[in-house]
Amino acid sequence: MTSTETSAPQYPMQRSRPLDPPTELAEIRSERPVSRVTLWDGTQPWLVTRLEDARVVLGDRRFSADLRTPGFPMVLRAQQALRRPDDVVPFIRMDPPEHGVFRRMLTRDFMIKRVNALRPKIQEIVDGFLDEMLAKPAPADLVAEFALPVPSLVIALLLGVPYEDHGFFQSRSNVLLNLESTAEDVQGARAALDAYLGDLVDRRLREPGDDLISRLAVERLATGELSREQLVSMSFLLLIAGHETTANMTALSILSLLQNPDQLAVLRDDPTLIPGAVEELLRFHTIVHIGLPRVALEDVTFGDVTISAGEGVIVSLPAANRDEEQFADPDQLDVTREARRQIAFGFGVHQCLGQPLARAELQIAVETVLRRVPTLRLAVPTEEIPFRTAMAIYGVHQLPVTW
Amino acid sequence: MRVVVDSDKCCGSGQCVLTAPDVFDQRDEDGTVLLLDAEPPAELHEAVRQAVTLCPSSAISVVED
Repeated sequence: MTSTETSAPQYPMQRSRPLDPPTELAEIRSERPVSRVTLWDGTQPWLVTRLEDARVVLGDRRFSADLRTPGFPMVLRAQQALRRPDDVVPFIRMDPPEHGVFRRMLTRDFMIKRVNALRPKIQEIVDGFLDEMLAKPAPADLVAEFALPVPSLVIALLLGVPYEDHGFFQSRSNVLLNLESTAEDVQGARAALDAYLGDLVDRRLREPGDDLISRLAVERLATGELSREQLVSMSFLLLIAGHETTANMTALSILSLLQNPDQLAVLRDDPTLIPGAVEELLRFHTIVHIGLPRVALEDVTFGDVTISAGEGVIVSLPAANRDEEQFADPDQLDVTREARRQIAFGFGVHQCLGQPLARAELQIAVETVLRRVPTLRLAVPTEEIPFRTAMAIYGVHQLPVTW
Repeated sequence: MRVVVDSDKCCGSGQCVLTAPDVFDQRDEDGTVLLLDAEPPAELHEAVRQAVTLCPSSAISVVED
């Protein structure tokens, strides 16, 4: 099959229902699960939609995550603008063995036992923001009052970024993740965050605290293992990935449970189901909705389709997580489903570094809201909720709730 | 069942620890896999097989008896 024999639809596609992936993705998955799509720049990379194929592309070294590899797909118009003038490549866009050197500098901070030790602190933060929200008159915006501040404060404490600067980093992060931002906007936001984090790195090098940036500055930067630019790039990634993703998953999780009161009741009656429910919520929402870019280093065959060396590939995480061959009745939220095979955190050596932290935050936030605010309900009809259709990370801009 | 881990391949995602905490842990130095029990009892075999499936970097394999 060549690209001229089938149409290559424009990508990304639009959703027709806010909590479901675009319907075209389901058609593509059942009719031609590995097929070409057309990007904004006219290039036609392959779209991979089945879970098994997604695991192959993301887990196999014949596919590169290095954006310097020719043919690497540029899914977003402003993506090019994220490249730094000094040409430092973020480690999430490198291949092994280079990638592992950087990732291993961070893995110990996100180990299961480290994150478990943080749980009491996360609970305290969750209770604190919930107390503040409930002390004010209803209605409230659950995003601004709870879903965003909780992970922002947690990642700020972990990294050693002063939380009082949250307005600054949240607004820049909004520009970076907006698919409609111009290259100039993106460059400006990136430069502002780089300058801010660069100053912070310098300060922590002089006066280290008990936090991740201080530790990397003292143990890796001072020893020459890490350049200042690479440390800034790492801090940048952790700061953005650490708060935007969990914030949106928290808000979407609460929204979808409010829309499915039977499921909410199951969880409220038996909180031991919460960890499994979080896996299902991750599967159902899959907020990295534009997928993950890769490029083939060798020819690789999927059924009757061969992806040739040098061709771009986009793995659609939402399509893979709604694969009916893997999940029965995939468009139904079922908090009792065994969903750990989901790949909302990606797969392969780049799988989300912060997933233990994200899981802990989501489990604690969902459990606490259900337990402490049994009368919680939406304050507006669903049609009035502003969904993040134009953002790289899906979610809601606001979630008006009352109780 | 004999469990074999390759810490060079490990990316420290922690999936194995979540799935079979009696068999796997993570090293304090770098979060990579630490095998606690290379010959786990039969009641843990299913969890170990799930850990093999969920490991994102194919760092765990099993030799079945």
